[in-house]
Amino acid sequence: MALNPYEIAKDFPILSRTIRDGKKLIYLDSGATSQKPNVVIDAESNFYRFHNAAAHRGAHQLAEEATDALEGARAIVATFLNAEIEEIVFTKSATESLNLLSYAMGNAESGNRFHLTAGDSIVVSEMEHHANLIPWQQLAARTGATLKWFEVTPEGRLDLSSIDSVIDSSTKVVAITHQSNVLGTINPLEEIVKRAHNVGAVVVLDACQSVPHMKVDVKSLGADFITFSGHKTVGPTGIGILWGRAVLLSELPPFLTGGSMIENVTMTSATWAPAPRKFEAGVPNMAQAVGLGAALTYLSNIGMESIHAHEVSLAKLLLDELAHIDDVKVVGPLDMELRGGTVSFTVGEIHPHDLGQYLDSQGIAVRTGHHCAWPLTRKLGVPATTRASLYLYNTQDDIQALVTGIRDAQKYFA
Amino acid sequence: MQLDNLYQEVILDHYKNPQNKKLATSYDAQVHHINPSCGDEITLNVTLDGEMILAISWDGVGCSISQASVSILTDLLIGKSLSQAQVISDSFMHLMQSKGTQTGDEDVLEDAVALAGVSQYPARIKCALLGWMAFKDASVQAMAKNS
Repeated sequence: MALNPYEIAKDFPILSRTIRDGKKLIYLDSGATSQKPNVVIDAESNFYRFHNAAAHRGAHQLAEEATDALEGARAIVATFLNAEIEEIVFTKSATESLNLLSYAMGNAESGNRFHLTAGDSIVVSEMEHHANLIPWQQLAARTGATLKWFEVTPEGRLDLSSIDSVIDSSTKVVAITHQSNVLGTINPLEEIVKRAHNVGAVVVLDACQSVPHMKVDVKSLGADFITFSGHKTVGPTGIGILWGRAVLLSELPPFLTGGSMIENVTMTSATWAPAPRKFEAGVPNMAQAVGLGAALTYLSNIGMESIHAHEVSLAKLLLDELAHIDDVKVVGPLDMELRGGTVSFTVGEIHPHDLGQYLDSQGIAVRTGHHCAWPLTRKLGVPATTRASLYLYNTQDDIQALVTGIRDAQKYFA
Repeated sequence: MQLDNLYQEVILDHYKNPQNKKLATSYDAQVHHINPSCGDEITLNVTLDGEMILAISWDGVGCSISQASVSILTDLLIGKSLSQAQVISDSFMHLMQSKGTQTGDEDVLEDAVALAGVSQYPARIKCALLGWMAFKDASVQAMAKNS
């Protein structure tokens, strides 16, 4: 069923505030972080208000309630992804999830399937966010493994024509984004997963820009690890998710060590608790996990298919409108085939920073710059772009406001 | 509109007609500075004659604020002594940190007072300072080379 963004926007208190001399806020920067509905703000603060204690520790009722709240949130995440509960690891961010994976693999000793040496390779793509590039680039540097990558076509798609030489028998890890945070491109995973598994590599998916916006079912995707962040999925900051296949999490060494991730400890040695606890050293970000649980429940109640369809229809409208403005060039796919609601563009000689500043003066919040994907924007020959990223609370009016804002900026800077 | 405080005519003029934006082939020092948050880049050459700033030339990509600011800088500092440049730089830095409370000393800063509005936009101060930081770096290197 089609969702009503005007009704949904009422759930998000920040969307009713004004900015810059009383302008209505038009928030088109959800790719950077999403806004939060009242149910999330309440869930997070009510944890502190009523249930706060250290989960998995303590012999008192509050500790039991905190544990139930944390584990309840884990179950919600598992259901949301169609995963098993013990496959859900709480981290503090998607960036930490990806660093967990890369550092844990770096800790793997000879004989472990994740052990990397000079003869191995790690595969990424040119369209990775820095968070899914630098951890692998640095892991390669530490282990002597070779970093290889898929190139991006001028149309903003992955160039898979050389897949058999990019992913070869030396490949141990393929780390790829599900949806580009700059281009909006949704990458076709089937071929990549098939080739990676054929050569015995694991597939790590940066799903920061897909999990919040479409139905992601880990059982049908075929990837081996998936990461995403709470704050881009109408949840709180300070909470990220790592999903991994149970058998792989079991073999992966820990990254951070310390309290509650152990099975037994002596002065000179320690053994690890089973996953997910092995990867959750220290008291977790409980209130944020609970907030994420509320966020995913909120999104599920609306329906991920409806949310995706809404964003696709708005993105199509935006692409159609941009095509009619002189000097506007969209950076990324021009059609909605395998594409989400993130649209980057340039406007003639107006620098994105200046365009963004003008739009801000009209109450319109967009992102400008290289979007933490500098190798990609360099490859595409645009040092910076302006990005509008859409979400469930955006409306056709927001698109019209952006289009009017761009036209007015052209007059302002003429 | 408040935005007009930021985009003064002088700034847009310098952006469209940047001064000294052609890298000289000879120089005492060359630096390359980047604003990692937005990707703006500048290469800047400095040539000294003792204490005197003989030439500043540059090339770069960036927003109107960063480009206009370095263009204005070259107009201001070429032909000045390093100690005069220090006074002007300090005055400009002070203006950028003023959060919109100051208009700048036109006798010292000349066209650079047009950038006063930047101080009301915290995210843009780094844009305005890119060229100034590059000049500071280059002049120190040029002095070291010549001493």
